[in-house]
Amino acid sequence: MTTESLTRRFQDKIDQELKIEPKDWMPDAYRKTLIRQISQHAHSEVVGMLPEGNWITRAPSLRRKVALLAKVQDEAGHGLYLYSACETLGIRRETLIEELLSGKAKYSSIFNYPTLTWADIGAIGWLVDGAAIMNQVPLCRCSYGPYARAMVRVCKEESFHQRQGFEILLTLCQGAADQKAMAQDALDRWWWPSLMMFGPSDKDSIHTAQSMRWKIKRFTNDELRQKFIDMTVPQAEVLGLTIPDPELQWDEASGHYHSGPIDWEEFGQVLRGNGPCNAERLEARQRAHQEGTWVREAAQAYAAKQIEESKKVG
Amino acid sequence: MQSEWPLWEVFIRPKNGLHHIHAGSLHAADAAMAIQNARDVYTRRNEGVSLWVVESVHLHASDPDDADMLFEPAKDKIYRHPTFYDLPDEVKHM
Amino acid sequence: MTSTWQPLDHFLLMRGDDCLVLGHRLSEWCGHGPVLEQDMALTNIALDLIGQARLYYQYAGARLGQTEDQLAYLRTERNYFNAWLVEQPNGDFAHTIVRQFYYDWYENALLEVLEGSADEHLAAIAAKSRKEARYHRQFSSEWVIRLGDGTEESHQRMQVALNRLLPYVRELFENQPRHQMLIADGILSDVNGLWEGTEKEMKAVITEATLSFPVAAALPARGRDGLHTEHLGYLLTELQYMQRTYPGLTW
Repeated sequence: MTTESLTRRFQDKIDQELKIEPKDWMPDAYRKTLIRQISQHAHSEVVGMLPEGNWITRAPSLRRKVALLAKVQDEAGHGLYLYSACETLGIRRETLIEELLSGKAKYSSIFNYPTLTWADIGAIGWLVDGAAIMNQVPLCRCSYGPYARAMVRVCKEESFHQRQGFEILLTLCQGAADQKAMAQDALDRWWWPSLMMFGPSDKDSIHTAQSMRWKIKRFTNDELRQKFIDMTVPQAEVLGLTIPDPELQWDEASGHYHSGPIDWEEFGQVLRGNGPCNAERLEARQRAHQEGTWVREAAQAYAAKQIEESKKVG
Repeated sequence: MQSEWPLWEVFIRPKNGLHHIHAGSLHAADAAMAIQNARDVYTRRNEGVSLWVVESVHLHASDPDDADMLFEPAKDKIYRHPTFYDLPDEVKHM
Repeated sequence: MTSTWQPLDHFLLMRGDDCLVLGHRLSEWCGHGPVLEQDMALTNIALDLIGQARLYYQYAGARLGQTEDQLAYLRTERNYFNAWLVEQPNGDFAHTIVRQFYYDWYENALLEVLEGSADEHLAAIAAKSRKEARYHRQFSSEWVIRLGDGTEESHQRMQVALNRLLPYVRELFENQPRHQMLIADGILSDVNGLWEGTEKEMKAVITEATLSFPVAAALPARGRDGLHTEHLGYLLTELQYMQRTYPGLTW
């Protein structure tokens, strides 16, 4: 079959909402797009462990400590499921990790911001996980089977993350003045970076149109961002916190909240490596990988010896 | 030495009486570690009572290009299904 | 400096502190493990241990009219009764695994006898914890073998860790004079008597790992009396930070 007819058959399948599975024929560009997107997603989960992990040893109660620890562990799991989905496309996890550690691969910029107070853990759960869920729920219907299945598992597990974050903030907002101020400060710092998580505006997004045709993406960046704002503003009201956007107001005509402009200059800076914690995050991952080398090699050497032994006995 | 551990596929039995179902994959150096990793990665929320792991290289799959040849022929053999046969309503429990 | 604790309360705090402090140490690995799978495995053990600590604190708390968090977060250093072994820093993966290995063998031996305790509540905690502890022991023992019999480098790192940490182990198996009454009442049993059998079993694993069981004198460790190494103070500074900075608030 010619590439042209294969491509047509491929697109037909997608248009009929049929899933593409690992061994099915797929255009090279589809494979590359998926590898880029899934691996970025995986890297984000793994790097995302660091800002939250920063508060595990300082969590204010045992109940909060186990919840946070379990949550950060889930992020490791999500990274793992996503790397696995990526591996079905014929690329090794090791290669993907090398790309992360060399600085070649990207991960979500939000994790280059520091967690300065306990309230940041609440804000991350509420806003960052909230935004992530907004992105991830449509991905459960992504045309690539292994990615869609990984996302189903991820979404199932993530459902407690956002609630956990909101509950942390609610407790602060119902507590002492110091606590409420801490919550407001966290919202002030995390609001705009959370909106940036949805990626550049549609008019500047280079991948969106093709990804929509391939049903990797189901909604555009701006659509998802708007949905997130509409969902989150009433929740901030429940908390009694003020969203740091003077232009924010309900627009009766469109049925959506109108919000102020995003500082894309800041977004670009963080993306280019000039965020507050870019260097630290990468160094932490590099160190873990480097210090783990002897462990990985030893386990492999042991396994090889066992196989040799069993051959001798057999 | 190649430092990446081999890939394994994980199958979980959700509860006794049910089949093991494919849950996902992971890396491990040996079978014992693969079982432990499967437990730590895929059964954190009571997902199962039994685990199977198999190194991914040992799984053989049918070729998707053969799917028509392999699976289409079964589609029109509807006489293999009980609903193909008409029985009077008086006959119950059959 | 130290408050006067009833023998049973002291024992419960001692158990809770062992679990909490070791769980805290393991939680420091979260996000920094050698591969994702092991990151998750160490975190699972940390979660088990902190969960166990809560059971002991809740029981002690019910007796003392305090919450688990008051007990976990608001004592002074001299009133924490964990053993020295568990407060030792993580070091490399070899030190973490060896610390876990020694602790797991102790904990399993202890829980086995505590399951038969005359104190029903304690017996129930032991029965529940033991399932977790058995898994931990299998995990750490397999890693001792894998790393001991892995590469030259891993073998060497493991021997260093075994030697370095063995002197802390005997403290775990010392009978505490203040627990005499508990032993007499069948609530606790003679932990000193557990050493011989446990040592033999640990030796078997270490031999299989092609490592040698260290010959080392025990340290004059007195964690059970609230006397610690310098490491605990820093650990508590982090652990207690929020509770100390904002006294009396709910989180």
